[in-house]
Amino acid sequence: MTKSYKDTFTGPHLLGIAGLNRLEVDSLLDRATDFMKLNRQRNKHSDVLGGQTLINLFFEPSTRTQSSFELAGKRLGADVINMAIKSSSVAKGETLIDTAVTLNAMHPDLLVVRHSASGAAALLSQKVDCAVINAGDGSHEHPTQALLDALTLRAHFGDLAGRRIAICGDVVHSRVARSDIILLSLLGAEVRLCAPPTLLPASAEEWGVEVFHNMSEALKGCDVVMVLRLQRERMTSACVPSTREYFRYYGLDRAKLRAAKKGALVMHPGPMNRGVEIDSEIADDPQISLITEQVESGVAVRMAVLAALAEGRA
Amino acid sequence: MTASKANPVLITGGRVVDPASGRDEVTDVLIENGKISEMGTGLQSKGAEKVDATGLTLAPGLIDVLVKTGEPGAEQRETLRSAGAAAAAGGVTTLVISPQSKPAIDDPAMVDFIMRRGRERAAVNIVAAGALTPGLSDTGLAEIGLMQEAGAVLFSNGDKAIGNAALMRNVLTYAKGMNALVSNRPIEPHLGANGVMNAGDFASRLGLGGIPAVAELIMVQRDIALAETCGARILIDQLSTGAALEVIRQAKARGVQVYCSVSVHHLTLNELDVGDYRTFARLSPPLRSEEDRKALVAGVIDGTIDAVVSGHDPRPAEEKRLPFAEASPGAVGLETLLGGALSLVHNGEASLMDVLRAVTAGPAQMLGFSAGQITPGAPADLVLFDLDKPWVCDANKLRSKSKNTPFDGRRMQGRAMMTFVQGHCVFEA
Repeated sequence: MTKSYKDTFTGPHLLGIAGLNRLEVDSLLDRATDFMKLNRQRNKHSDVLGGQTLINLFFEPSTRTQSSFELAGKRLGADVINMAIKSSSVAKGETLIDTAVTLNAMHPDLLVVRHSASGAAALLSQKVDCAVINAGDGSHEHPTQALLDALTLRAHFGDLAGRRIAICGDVVHSRVARSDIILLSLLGAEVRLCAPPTLLPASAEEWGVEVFHNMSEALKGCDVVMVLRLQRERMTSACVPSTREYFRYYGLDRAKLRAAKKGALVMHPGPMNRGVEIDSEIADDPQISLITEQVESGVAVRMAVLAALAEGRA
Repeated sequence: MTASKANPVLITGGRVVDPASGRDEVTDVLIENGKISEMGTGLQSKGAEKVDATGLTLAPGLIDVLVKTGEPGAEQRETLRSAGAAAAAGGVTTLVISPQSKPAIDDPAMVDFIMRRGRERAAVNIVAAGALTPGLSDTGLAEIGLMQEAGAVLFSNGDKAIGNAALMRNVLTYAKGMNALVSNRPIEPHLGANGVMNAGDFASRLGLGGIPAVAELIMVQRDIALAETCGARILIDQLSTGAALEVIRQAKARGVQVYCSVSVHHLTLNELDVGDYRTFARLSPPLRSEEDRKALVAGVIDGTIDAVVSGHDPRPAEEKRLPFAEASPGAVGLETLLGGALSLVHNGEASLMDVLRAVTAGPAQMLGFSAGQITPGAPADLVLFDLDKPWVCDANKLRSKSKNTPFDGRRMQGRAMMTFVQGHCVFEA
């Protein structure tokens, strides 16, 4: 990949979507589109990150995000190591900053971090010399997820301007929702939120989105319905009475989807709670579900982010 | 504070501002035997050490209510000695120590220990606040009468609010019989349980759990209702919202014996100071909105707020160099209480007299102290400060053992030049 990307995003870190401008986003998505083509070839190898070290530092368990970053790093020729911290030093009382300083001494070039505390990636970035990529911090941001969602949608619609997108479900605990709201709005989409009030931030109306508590109203005229995972592990109080009541009013099934535009597409950041926020019939229908495409976009977007950050530091 | 006899001191030419009497004039003050003995222009005294205070302001020493140190139990945070040095440098001459130590100050022996340690090691006056319940637990009554006899001036469970209304009613009813002042932190514990900053748009955007303003409103309403029915006196400790302040204003107007305090941080900062997850701005109660801050300043001006305090809560780096939600709340403030309060004067938000009242005469009257005023016969607890002196707050230069101040890097104006405690000079810049 020797192509140059105008107004390229160069970092020094990717901590969130907030703070990115349209040109930076477009350049990342352009780059990712090229990597998407590479990933569909038999030889998927590039050496953009040859000789560089990527550390995947996961303080929260993750399958898809971690493997996506691992694959992205390896396809670009980086040396990749995965650190799942739960069992490691933190159990012995080491703090996040201690861990950061220790890893920094090993001279990594790229550090991908996921942590349960909002702001953890930003804190880490102040203490290390390498590029930090936020792979999810608490309920704050998950920027590569939003970028892969945008890439997936761009592949279908081209320009997102004027497209109506409903984000449904557990917004209050969701870092995906925060990043998506900022990014999709930046790309000109009309974003709506739909959830019971206990799963919405109190100030959601101030975020430049329309807020609904009823799915058939929310989905009216929507091009895309994005369903969020009900994050029961983050809930500290009773936000919903039961999964069956939740499914009855907010779970996406064919009947509710009928309110959306004909041919509307469905997304989910995974992992799914089938029968809770989404009906299997919808999730598994290749005509309307973009869920597997989202996973494919994920690798390409992460390759784009890693390559751009590495280029920015060269 | 040492008991050795202080030499006479004559402070001449200073602007004396005494909120207790409303006096604001240039006059001389003579200190003898640890007390203010004479005031007037052109005072002479043979053998007295002379202090030329021309261009400076002389005010009663500040009285700080519910100060945390780490002694006993967490001396790495702060000791009575280091807190005393910080207080002296900040013009604070009396500290009411929070009972939240390990062990808690919940019996007369602990009250005695704190007061004795204070006399031996601290440069300023140390008095203790006793706990309301044994070990700050959720059941039982601490020995309020015996602790009061031992010298406790106030009863509180520190920043651990008493959530159980039946227990609070019992505490207030019992304390009334001892004529003791009870203090509670106004936060409904369940509503505040998962929050780390003010609930609102900014917290939602940062993905941080919020503590809603209504958690404070409910507790203030409850405690005033209980105090009113019991006929007891209550201090609402460290208010943070305008809505709760209004409830207190109305209660005072109908004659309820309710007092309230606010920290200087809540008068000078707001939730946006959390910025990019700055843990030094993680406080308890949390920094609130700008509207709340302005309402609190108005409460200082109209006297609804009896005491402006530092909220001193030392936390070393290992408790603050963490992700925001995992860091301990709290800020040091003994050395910045005066400077922070004076910023209200320099910003044109409040008069010097109103601001000084809330750190001197206000808390003194609430606690029944003879200090907090400049009048012949009163204790010579005084601060001589340069009202206009500019300085930059550098956390690393603070005398506290812990350096956690949200004022770090902030430009301040007004600083203590000399501090006197019982006639002794305990600090000179």
